[in-house]
Amino acid sequence: METQTIKNNQTAKKVTEKISGSEAIVRCLIEEGVKILYGYPGGAIMPVYDELYKYQDKIHHVLTRHEQGATHSAQGYARISGEVGVAMATSGPGATNLITGIADAQIDSTPMVCITGQVFSHLLGSDAFQETDIVGISTPVTKWNCQVTKASDIPEAIAKAFYIAKSGRPGPVLIDVTKDAQLEEFDFSYEKCTKVRSYNPIPKTAISSVEEAAKLINSAKKPLVVWGQGVILSEAEEAFKAVIEKAGIPAAWTILGASAIPTSHPLNVGMVGMHGNYAPNVLTNQCDVLIAIGMRFDDRVTGKLDTYATQAKVIHFEIDPAEIDKNVKTDVAVLGDAKASLELLLPLLNENKHPEWRKEFADLYAIEYEKVIKGDIHPTKEGLTMGEVLHQINVQSKGNAAIVSDVGQHQMIACRYAEFNKTKSNITSGGLGTMGFGLPAAIGAKMAAPEREVVSISGDGGYQMTIQELGTIFQQKAAVKVVVLNNDFLGMVRQWQQLFFDKRYASTEMVNPNFVAIAEGYYIKAKKVTKREELADAVKEMMESKEAYFLEVCVEKEGNVFPMIPTGASVSDIRLE
Amino acid sequence: MNTEKQLYTISVYTENNIGLLNRISAIFQRRHINIESLNISPSEIDNVSRFTIVVNMIEVNVKKIIGQIEKQVEVIKAYYHTLDQVIYQISGLFKVKSELLFEEPQIQNIIKNSHARIVTVNTEFFVLEKSGKKEEIAELHEQLSVYGIMQYTRSGLIAVTKDEMRISELLESYNN
Repeated sequence: METQTIKNNQTAKKVTEKISGSEAIVRCLIEEGVKILYGYPGGAIMPVYDELYKYQDKIHHVLTRHEQGATHSAQGYARISGEVGVAMATSGPGATNLITGIADAQIDSTPMVCITGQVFSHLLGSDAFQETDIVGISTPVTKWNCQVTKASDIPEAIAKAFYIAKSGRPGPVLIDVTKDAQLEEFDFSYEKCTKVRSYNPIPKTAISSVEEAAKLINSAKKPLVVWGQGVILSEAEEAFKAVIEKAGIPAAWTILGASAIPTSHPLNVGMVGMHGNYAPNVLTNQCDVLIAIGMRFDDRVTGKLDTYATQAKVIHFEIDPAEIDKNVKTDVAVLGDAKASLELLLPLLNENKHPEWRKEFADLYAIEYEKVIKGDIHPTKEGLTMGEVLHQINVQSKGNAAIVSDVGQHQMIACRYAEFNKTKSNITSGGLGTMGFGLPAAIGAKMAAPEREVVSISGDGGYQMTIQELGTIFQQKAAVKVVVLNNDFLGMVRQWQQLFFDKRYASTEMVNPNFVAIAEGYYIKAKKVTKREELADAVKEMMESKEAYFLEVCVEKEGNVFPMIPTGASVSDIRLE
Repeated sequence: MNTEKQLYTISVYTENNIGLLNRISAIFQRRHINIESLNISPSEIDNVSRFTIVVNMIEVNVKKIIGQIEKQVEVIKAYYHTLDQVIYQISGLFKVKSELLFEEPQIQNIIKNSHARIVTVNTEFFVLEKSGKKEEIAELHEQLSVYGIMQYTRSGLIAVTKDEMRISELLESYNN
């Protein structure tokens, strides 16, 4: 009788079953709530694909046309949903093709887990077929990575991977699994990871630092907020809005911070940085207190550091201690999660309006509107502008679309002119500037949020770097709207050549294919627009389409993006022409 | 903050995991910083490793490096100190022909005065070990090289700090 009880207890305690490492990988992903992953099969990951086949009613694998596309799709998925994106590839070239996307996710703090197959562990270091040291290669561009050579280590590694990717300042994690670990059987059980001994993802907010920040803000005559993606990543949008509204502070965004509050919000004064808006750039060097929230003072934001906001007291709300004083010396650092910190800050703030200070923004906006914006979005000159295409998309989307841009002139135009009503709506490669990011990222975004309108905007250069993902759109029936703003140039590089290299257009002119025919080759509805009078209807038709749609707009060949802070110049020396 | 370039010891407490050395050295490589010396050993806490890295830098940059190191998931804590804030030792090993002991009586005096330790002696060679500051080992090297050294190597700098590290308490606080 007694033996019986013990036996029963044991079975109750240990709910395990013998399965293979490869099945464990798929089961772990399901346990983590993964519904969709992106990848590409190959020799060293085949056992896992065999299990994905068996579990296809629980987890959907999307076959991209290139592993880089898998990472960007996973990024798009993560950026619009706030969940961890997952990409999978085989060893060797499959794994190395992930690197660009991983580097992009690292610099843009995107939660992503990549799983790669690896050769049998006894072949490690022998230069075996499709063997590459992907853990070594990915080390500098991952938040964490590890190699698993035993099946029994798989659940813990994957649990840790998801926890680390998502917690604190998010980032990419790579798990490399040798083929023998995939084939080996072991007693499987899964437990989510909730802590790692050496890892402190969210530093505790010191209340004294919040009090100091509040004191500075309350005493400020000309406060300026610059916010970044940290507001979105910590889901601090409401707290953030409450703070700027109560204290009446004009707020400007970095490219990755865009959409955290609506474009139309009266305190939203636009984008900072190289091609940002005139007012926030100029007034950065006139504000008395600069409040940076969840941003990292990238060089594209600050221009010349020695002359950046030197007159201002700087408050930095930041989750990553390594960002404090990295580029800009702060007077008050508020470490911690943005949402938690802002919620602590709110009750300590005095109500304020700063009408005169805000008028300065309005006045400078009026100058920018006359000199730049009007001609961009309501042009009268011959030749279509990128800005008017964005304007037509706004007209149709009413600010409700998610805009996924690639990298270059069109990206700056998209970020400057796209209207956003909803957070997590501006998906672009900010830090790494990865051409080719847009199209696959839009696929991931659309699949994560099928109820949302997702518009991919690329230039003719970046589009051709991952153009093969049209195949993924077609196979997955992903209703992505694909816009190519075609100027037959690598436009941003050409602009620099015009301005700084005496118009020597070295390797920037592109002889382009028939983009409509290519899209149609993938059975995607497609249209090309060359005249202004056709534009509005074409954009309307695209936006109303229930299926994927490709729209090529031939824009002026040598259009430039202004305003512009030339490299090495101060933010207040921003040029309007 | 000190704006002069000088030697700093960076002490890093970490988990004992494969690949972490690569991850930490990459932080220096990426910023084009030369590592003067590197030592990795167990620490006073079970399963916690301790890196001792010596760099010649200005303080503001050392602080940034510390931030980047601490950011790594498997790093528990990193500190930096000037050399006068730590007690440090370097070890040097000298392999010398045994016959010199008899042919060159001065060598015996060198050994005695330098407080070097004889690790082993056989008919062919003897091995001297000298621990101390870099200059002390360099001095012994200079003195012996006159007579010919068969092999010479010097270890990385190891250091304990004068102030407390409180790693156990830190680990405790992470886990609560």
